Amino acid sequence: MKTLQELHKIREEKRKELELRVNTKTDTREKHILVCHGTGCTSSKSPQILENFKKIIKEKNIQNVRVIKTGCFGLCAKGPIVIIRPEDTFYANCTPEDCEEIIQSHIIEGKIVERLLAKDIDGSKVKSLDELSFYKKQMRIALKNCGIINPENIDEYIAFDGYRALERVLKEMFPEEVIDIIKKSGLRGRGGAGFPTGKKWELTRQSDGIQKYVVCNADEGDPGAFMDRSILEGDPHSVLEAMAIAGYSIGANKGFIYVRAEYPIAVQRLKIAIKQAEDYGILGKNIFDTDFCFDIEIRLGAGAFVCGEETALLESIEGKRGQPRVKPPYPAQSGLWGKPTLINNVETYANITQIILKGAEWFSSIGTENSKGTKVFALGGNVNNIGLVEVPMGTTLREIVYDIGGGIPNGRDFKAAQTGGPSGGCIPKEHLDTPIDYESLKTIGSMMGSGGLIVMDDTKCMVSLAKFYLQFTVSESCGKCTPCRIGTKRMLEILEKLCSGEGEELDIYKLEKLAVNIQKSSICGLGQSAPNPVISTLKYFRDEFRQHAIAKECRALECKAMAKIAIDPEKCKGCGLCQKHCPVNAISGEGREKRTIDQEKCIKCGTCLASCPFHAIGN
Amino acid sequence: MEKNLINLTIDDQKVTVPEGTTILNAAKQVGIDIPTLCFLKDINEVGDCRMCIVEVEGRRGFATSCIQTVEEGMVVHTHTPNVLEARHVILDLIISNHAKDCLTCTRSGNCELQALATKFNVLNVEFPGEMTKHKIDDLSPSIVRDFNKCILCRRCVAACKNVQQIGAIDCINRGFESCISTFGDNSLNDVNCTFCGQCIEACPTGALHEKETINDVWVKLKDPDAYVIVQTAPAVRVALGEEFGMPIGTNVKGKMITALKRLGFDKVFDTNTGADFTIMEEATEFIERFKENDNLPMITSCSPGWVKFIEMNYPELLPHLSSCKSPHQMFGAICKTYFAEKQNIDPKKIYMVSVMPCIAKKFESKRPEMENDGLRNVDNVITTRELARMIKQANIEFEKLEDSQFDDPMEEATGAGAIFGTTGGVMEAALRTAQDILSGKDLEKIDFKQVRNSKGIKRATVNIAGKDLNVVIASGLANARKILEEIKEGKADYQFVEIMACPGGCIMGGGQPIKSSKIRSELDIRKLRSNALYTIDEKSVIRKSHENPTLQKIYKEYLGKPGGHLAHKLLHSAKGDGLFWHDYKNK
Repeated sequence: MKTLQELHKIREEKRKELELRVNTKTDTREKHILVCHGTGCTSSKSPQILENFKKIIKEKNIQNVRVIKTGCFGLCAKGPIVIIRPEDTFYANCTPEDCEEIIQSHIIEGKIVERLLAKDIDGSKVKSLDELSFYKKQMRIALKNCGIINPENIDEYIAFDGYRALERVLKEMFPEEVIDIIKKSGLRGRGGAGFPTGKKWELTRQSDGIQKYVVCNADEGDPGAFMDRSILEGDPHSVLEAMAIAGYSIGANKGFIYVRAEYPIAVQRLKIAIKQAEDYGILGKNIFDTDFCFDIEIRLGAGAFVCGEETALLESIEGKRGQPRVKPPYPAQSGLWGKPTLINNVETYANITQIILKGAEWFSSIGTENSKGTKVFALGGNVNNIGLVEVPMGTTLREIVYDIGGGIPNGRDFKAAQTGGPSGGCIPKEHLDTPIDYESLKTIGSMMGSGGLIVMDDTKCMVSLAKFYLQFTVSESCGKCTPCRIGTKRMLEILEKLCSGEGEELDIYKLEKLAVNIQKSSICGLGQSAPNPVISTLKYFRDEFRQHAIAKECRALECKAMAKIAIDPEKCKGCGLCQKHCPVNAISGEGREKRTIDQEKCIKCGTCLASCPFHAIGN
Repeated sequence: MEKNLINLTIDDQKVTVPEGTTILNAAKQVGIDIPTLCFLKDINEVGDCRMCIVEVEGRRGFATSCIQTVEEGMVVHTHTPNVLEARHVILDLIISNHAKDCLTCTRSGNCELQALATKFNVLNVEFPGEMTKHKIDDLSPSIVRDFNKCILCRRCVAACKNVQQIGAIDCINRGFESCISTFGDNSLNDVNCTFCGQCIEACPTGALHEKETINDVWVKLKDPDAYVIVQTAPAVRVALGEEFGMPIGTNVKGKMITALKRLGFDKVFDTNTGADFTIMEEATEFIERFKENDNLPMITSCSPGWVKFIEMNYPELLPHLSSCKSPHQMFGAICKTYFAEKQNIDPKKIYMVSVMPCIAKKFESKRPEMENDGLRNVDNVITTRELARMIKQANIEFEKLEDSQFDDPMEEATGAGAIFGTTGGVMEAALRTAQDILSGKDLEKIDFKQVRNSKGIKRATVNIAGKDLNVVIASGLANARKILEEIKEGKADYQFVEIMACPGGCIMGGGQPIKSSKIRSELDIRKLRSNALYTIDEKSVIRKSHENPTLQKIYKEYLGKPGGHLAHKLLHSAKGDGLFWHDYKNK
């Protein structure tokens, strides 16, 4: 147990010690080598890098250098990432073998290891993190501590204002005041639907009942999304603190974090964080000598996507089969074990402490009219800078894809971006300049979702894309209600037909009829949004569907069953590269002759397409 | 507390209903029948199937009318083009994954899915596709599961898990692969199923049905060497008429007997007589145990689903169980001994058929201990539904039949035997006899109305022969479990317990005519059938089992004293000795 005075002292002393983490001009002889320990870097051996650093430092008896594990820096494509502070040198794609050189050159000799510096989009090497264009348009609120503090050390969290918001709330504010600030901030749920967070808190507070619960939805399941995971891995205390604030505000003394078991690092760090907070007396009985008591328990999900739906999540916490409940009643009225329950997702909670400390006006000054603050996106797909980005609401898709994401690799064209995962939709080229917020995404047929953002280049077939998302929904449907259980399966079957060249025009109408009715009649958000990828691709790429159905062709050549790959004699220069690469010897021609493909032998693998320097091969 | 009244409009009809009423029930008030499929009143109110969706003005998406409640000023539309299209699509999708073999389905004509398909004139399946394939499970002696016909409404799961609190079946897998199965995907025969059959009663389609055994009966009826006796349980006569379009609770005893005689049974007897034997034995056993304070409370043993339940779940409490066989087994034993001897028939030639409201009795009749001198007490058990089928297959116009009487020499049965078919009936019958035996008088007090209500657990203190007796009656296995927990914890302050596996007793058994969700919502089937039994009792000349002259004669001529040596051999089983079902299976 720590008294408030002791906590203040820790904050003061630790903050001084960690000044070099955030200030390149810090006057110190110390150096901190920060090694990313997010899931991506961890699987690329960052723990071994950390160990190697420690070993070498010990062997060489180097003073004043500390090696720190941190959460995700965001630029996962360049991982494992090593950053040396205070000078903020950014080393990309490090291996355990590079440690020796970094220590010898950078630490001992004071020379930057040029070959390990990250390259920016234009190919120039950048010396520090802030110089990377990837970070220039970003604004970090939810991710503010990620990559800066050691997530397994509560003192480092405390050093950067940690648990100051909770202290202020408990010591100086009535619950209604807290709710009022959250309402005024304009914060909306970051899990997908964007329900106003303050309103949700207020409704839960107003519900009758002595026993209430606070739940954190950390069941992030969209394919390619890792926003919540990164927050939990990089800054778990910010979520605990926000949950305690929420508990105080709505009148709950118990919180549950529902996190998927496939996030072992996040789970481990949460466990450590809860233990540390309990040891300090920040969770438990009579927090900060007030009447407020609050405990947090972790509940592990087994990986069912539907358990990210709030009522299915509640069922799962109760130990039942993860299936949604019909709403209303909403969890705020009848949630866990029938008690009023506040349920927010990780990223929503990660904004709370900042709003309390910096004020509602500060937060609401960021973003657009109806969508305040920032949003974290997991940027992936055909984009140069794959990683985690946090941008103010209202940033355009173009800025994210081109300025932050560094554009499309291999000089290809942008075709579409998928937001909102399997519940969202596709945004085509013509909407690249749409400012991203809840309403505008909805208007163009997609949704914010939890923040997955997958970029696709012009080699992607949109019918196949719709099929991919339907495959996901079909295997993740819980099976409770008819439209989702059977309807999505039928949609997938039609898409499979189209992709295999067995479709017909009527199938497109059938798809639409199913889509509309599944949307309207399913019980939960999963079923209601399952047709979105089909509806939005049909909206913007209907011609592609018609080509598949009527002409039986897939211009993107992704649907192998109907691809007829041919060489355009106009463009062929007879270089023979395609012939050399063809695995089944289907291409004939000698010397400088124009090459031809034997359709009988061709297996439509597409190798020749990729190998042709003159783009002479296609449908 | 008076509930607030809510005003709303449904399809332009104004309706006022108490707060908390569902849209579905509010619609019923103004003659609007919103279609449902997964809905089963009080049992499965979950909104899974989506047939009951309606449009509510100002609300995004459809409302689930079977569970969502009314709100002041609500404007509901139950058949807008949007709703109709969605309902068509949903129905189409359900049918697309349903074995469409109506011609060879036991529920054809009494299938809720078929009725909906007719109502919506489904002429072809618009969205055909892959169908889930399931093996048919027909290994148990009682229930056949054909999940190619399952529509995943989960009414069976709710009946098993919530009503009976057994949980033998539940949903496994996810999405399109979801199906209802057992622990480890085993046969029902190998899991904790009690064969109560409430799942069959709940099923809207032909996915669950009894294991039909009428073919064996037809064969025996044509076998000149076989002497085929049939006995009918009390609950059958008040339900059989329903299969011929008669109102629920019609007593068709006379027509039933005529039909059975026309079918060619050599003798048509009444299981009510067997029930009278049970009362004689059970009351005698109780008085003995009561006097000696031996394993009290004593619990009745005439419901085989219940017996399987206690064997599997509370084997340590088996000594509390009465050692009496169930009425039809007792009666079978009497027929193959006393009756055979009197009539000079070789007992080996007797083929004993029981018509029961119960499918657990199919299982019971196969239990090893249900035999004497190498002869099965009962050879075949058929349900009320199967008997109706036999009558129809024999081209008998049931409605036009004259009444007949049960055959000599065992035609007499008492009102006490009749009320065996309903919860509380066994207790009341036993108390009538016990009080007379204990007091040595013919007491006029016959009705024990305190044990007659519809509650799942009924507790009463009755004064018989100057002694206060605490009794408990439980129907439904969830209620049985509560009582057993009390006994286990030593909290039981009662002496006599009646338990029936099915909620409401045998009249609501798993072999009775299957009633649609709509009928179950609108009528109190339990009450209608049980009233019919109490009417039979009231109109009976003899209403106490021990006063049954047939019984008195058989005890005098053959069995000796109730609870005596021969009575014990024929009419009691070894159940109370701590053996339970798994042991029998391993033998």
